[in-house]
Amino acid sequence: MRFLLRPKTGGLAILAAVIALLPLVLDNAFHFEIAITIGFNAIVCVGLNLLIGYAGQISLGHAAFVGLGAYGAGVLTASHGWDPLAAVGAASIGTGLLAFVVARPILRLQGHYLAMATLGLGIIIAIVLNIEDQITGGPDGMLVPPFSAFGWEPSDERQWYWLVGGFLWISVWLALNLIGSPVGRALRAVHGSEVAAEVVGVDTTHYKVLIFTVSAVLASLVGSLSAFYGMFITPNIASFFNSIEFVVMVVLGGMASTFGAVVGAAILTLLPQALTVLEDYEHLIFGLILMGVMIFMPRGLLPTLAGLRWRRRR
Amino acid sequence: MLSEFLQFLFSGVTLGATYALVALGFAIIFNASHVINFAQGEFVMIGGMATVALLGAGAPMPLAMLAAILLAATAGLLLEKFAVEPARGASVVTLIIITIGASIALRGVAQLVWGKQFHALPSFSGDVPLQVLGATLLPQSLWVLGVSAAVVVALFGFFNRTLLGKAILAASYNRDAAQLVGINVKFVLFLSFGLSGALGAVAGILVAPITFTHFEIGIMLGLKGFAAAILGGLGNGLGAVVGGLIVGIAEAMGAGYISSEYKDAIAFVLILLVLFVRPSGLFGRRGTERV
Repeated sequence: MRFLLRPKTGGLAILAAVIALLPLVLDNAFHFEIAITIGFNAIVCVGLNLLIGYAGQISLGHAAFVGLGAYGAGVLTASHGWDPLAAVGAASIGTGLLAFVVARPILRLQGHYLAMATLGLGIIIAIVLNIEDQITGGPDGMLVPPFSAFGWEPSDERQWYWLVGGFLWISVWLALNLIGSPVGRALRAVHGSEVAAEVVGVDTTHYKVLIFTVSAVLASLVGSLSAFYGMFITPNIASFFNSIEFVVMVVLGGMASTFGAVVGAAILTLLPQALTVLEDYEHLIFGLILMGVMIFMPRGLLPTLAGLRWRRRR
Repeated sequence: MLSEFLQFLFSGVTLGATYALVALGFAIIFNASHVINFAQGEFVMIGGMATVALLGAGAPMPLAMLAAILLAATAGLLLEKFAVEPARGASVVTLIIITIGASIALRGVAQLVWGKQFHALPSFSGDVPLQVLGATLLPQSLWVLGVSAAVVVALFGFFNRTLLGKAILAASYNRDAAQLVGINVKFVLFLSFGLSGALGAVAGILVAPITFTHFEIGIMLGLKGFAAAILGGLGNGLGAVVGGLIVGIAEAMGAGYISSEYKDAIAFVLILLVLFVRPSGLFGRRGTERV
């Protein structure tokens, strides 16, 4: 039973408790800001973990979908006067469609070729956001108007915290349900052996495309919301480095563990904050920590700590 | 017309030769270990930066270059010994993250030791351009092409004519069988990383007088080298060279005729298009999965 660390309900209850109690120890706007960033990253990772951890397909370009969500929502509201909620919806539908269209040819590729294709797609999107400055404002970035939904406008960090916290809990709940459903079983079959899965009648392409699209839409939603939250976006949001960071979060926390993805996102969002005191040594130490964790805990933190043992056959 | 085309071709082939060297580095490590080494671009950066630093410290040019190549090779050997070797048997994603961690750490060291500024390396033999049918050709471009060609020929000889080279090839085809006939597979792996580091450094030194060098220069060079290696078919040496040249020429032509702003995107558009048609690259072995 490597795919669930604890009973689903137990994990969801703990997550709800953590989200509910965290504000008691957060005592200024900066702390809330970090917690909100963790939430955003965690949601992307929950989606990406479905793809990497369960379907076994790597993506080195997921930040591009976050970027599309952010710029879709930003451009539609700022330049075209759309209602924020409609803009979020349109951006996620657009991103989902794009992901759906490219998923079929891309997910046909395997291993390193898939890594290259997703990496290339991500870099192309990041470059487009940088160059098309009449629409996106280019490298200088663009301002985004405040968020509002049905007349409600999150006015301070605390309200944003509840919005993001709720969104995170719902996405974890959805992911766990998806994993427990026949779709999840099919995905694990694809991960185990694609050929074997096809032989027993699993439409592997269909499921891979489905999960790729779902994870892209989640990333896009996070991008849109984070654009409204920060009220300012730059193409940096779609950078290759951010894509890598999401993958690292998923793997660090523990592949094929939804809560692991959340933990990984939390650690990797906090770590650079903690390392800023090291100033010039920040990148060196960050790189070394990354290598160390992966060398000594190749399966990620949570599965290793939980003491689950299963040997991967090669 | 012709002069313009030639001009783009010259810069494309020069770029392409650099990408080919980086791609060969990817191919050698991939063959030996099935690891995609995302720190390959950092070897390129070390080559250029160390040469500049040693020149600045008063070392003569050839000595500075040699030392820089040795330094990058050492970085490769250390990476294998302390990061790849202990993680043997880990999944592909895990290994990718380890090499990405290494690339971040190497950039961190470079930034500490050599600073964040751009550095220029003087051309090897002056900056007076040659005129060829109305197009200008920098002497440094000839150096890039000549040295790259020499390196490729030398590598070809090494892998086909020497016992050690053949041992590396054998280990890449079938690790267990190679071990059984008495090849020290561990040493082969170790050596491949050193060789790859040295190759990267050569590319970095050659290109530094043209593009300047910087602690982050390895990121794009590494990614494009990866694209070139994939384009030719992973693990195929000839494919890596051809892939590098194609990426370089396409980039220069695209920048010249289509849009210079989208210069960096061209390599990736190209690789996506090729992969959609040929999922294992141009010369890649069609993969069969064992169930």
